[in-house]
Amino acid sequence: MVIQDYGIVGLFLVLGIAFAAAAFIVSWLLRPRDPNPVKNSTYECGEIVKGDSRVQFNVGYYLVALMFVIFDIEVLFLVPWIVIFRELGVVSYIEMMIFVAILVVGLIYAWKKGVFEWQ
Amino acid sequence: MLSILTIIWALIVGIIVLGFIAASAMFLIWWERKVSAHIQSRYGPMRVGWHGVLQSVADAVKLLLKENIIPAEADKLVWWLAPFIAIVPPVMAFVVLPFGKNLIVKDLNVGVLYLMALSSVSVIGIFMAGWGSNNKYSLIGGMRSAAQIISYELPLIISMIIVAMQAGSLSMQKIVLAQAGCWNILHPNMAMAFIVYIIAATAEINRVPFDIPEAESELVAGFHTEYSGMKFAMFFIGEYTNLFIISAIAATLFFGGWQGPILPGVVWFLIKSYGIVFVLMWVRWTFPRLRVDQLMGFAWKILTPISFVNLAITGWLLLK
Repeated sequence: MVIQDYGIVGLFLVLGIAFAAAAFIVSWLLRPRDPNPVKNSTYECGEIVKGDSRVQFNVGYYLVALMFVIFDIEVLFLVPWIVIFRELGVVSYIEMMIFVAILVVGLIYAWKKGVFEWQ
Repeated sequence: MLSILTIIWALIVGIIVLGFIAASAMFLIWWERKVSAHIQSRYGPMRVGWHGVLQSVADAVKLLLKENIIPAEADKLVWWLAPFIAIVPPVMAFVVLPFGKNLIVKDLNVGVLYLMALSSVSVIGIFMAGWGSNNKYSLIGGMRSAAQIISYELPLIISMIIVAMQAGSLSMQKIVLAQAGCWNILHPNMAMAFIVYIIAATAEINRVPFDIPEAESELVAGFHTEYSGMKFAMFFIGEYTNLFIISAIAATLFFGGWQGPILPGVVWFLIKSYGIVFVLMWVRWTFPRLRVDQLMGFAWKILTPISFVNLAITGWLLLK
């Protein structure tokens, strides 16, 4: 059963790649080719490019990414619990809420530290 | 074991799905142009076919014939892979979308989790496009997009989890069947989850008012500035397919999916999905764009706490 279910998922993965590949191949057969250095240069509103494009970034982006990792893992722990929590009853509910509350304290801490204030 | 017949059946279904994706994306692009035009007291495309219905076909042919411009500075491998990663997750999402009682490719028992996983993959495609282009606008667009999508991922996932909690299952079909008597949207806590879901989902697919990754007027389309021809078309099809998918998920999770009187299930499913698509288009052409600082603050300070409170309330209501 499992192999059949995920075989179909795998097949759709292949089909997705094939869809894009087929479009590129057809386009490759039909399209004109006329490259020149100006056309292939990086687009910057018609100006000559200044400096490197891999510039320094606001640290805020990385802090958001770190917050995301923490909460995403938390949510992953919720997923198996939601399916069976009715059988597990009130005790499991309270336990899970304590777990969530610990992370919410983390959220409040990050909030007070100004992680979500964008400068 | 996988038999030859199963594989052939799956291939046929897969090709039908690909046809549906292409047709749906082209229809949605035309529809969006018409809706936006009428909202702004214009006509929109009128020349190609009846009221311009064939405009998207003409656009597709044009994009197919366009030259493939490879920026000299680009990181070639990453740049080439990005359109594939943009189109593959939307195609894969169709595996678990329940179009009707028996019209589902495969009702995976982890359906909701599978959809969450796929929505996380699409951010990688966008970021790869931004990074691989080696263009300042693209990189800024890619960074903003990554930050935005991961911020809104949490409220989105928690809203979906709340629905799965109500149904007691992650399978899409079981969630539909659990709404046989009463649609989820009619419960107050579910209605709240729906509001959070639809806001977060709009942000996930980078639509106005959450379109800072593409912001035409400041980033010249952000991560796909350097893409031309068919590769640009892949991003575009991916975007409009995602629009359909999030609406279809909303219809399934909150509006009873394919269930409805008289008409067959698939018709109800399409009516509900395209109805939600229309609402999202309406939103797009009504609201202005948010700033990047407002955007992150909104996700973390408002939507995420609301989702957690909603999760606690829903759990409590279900246990009583």
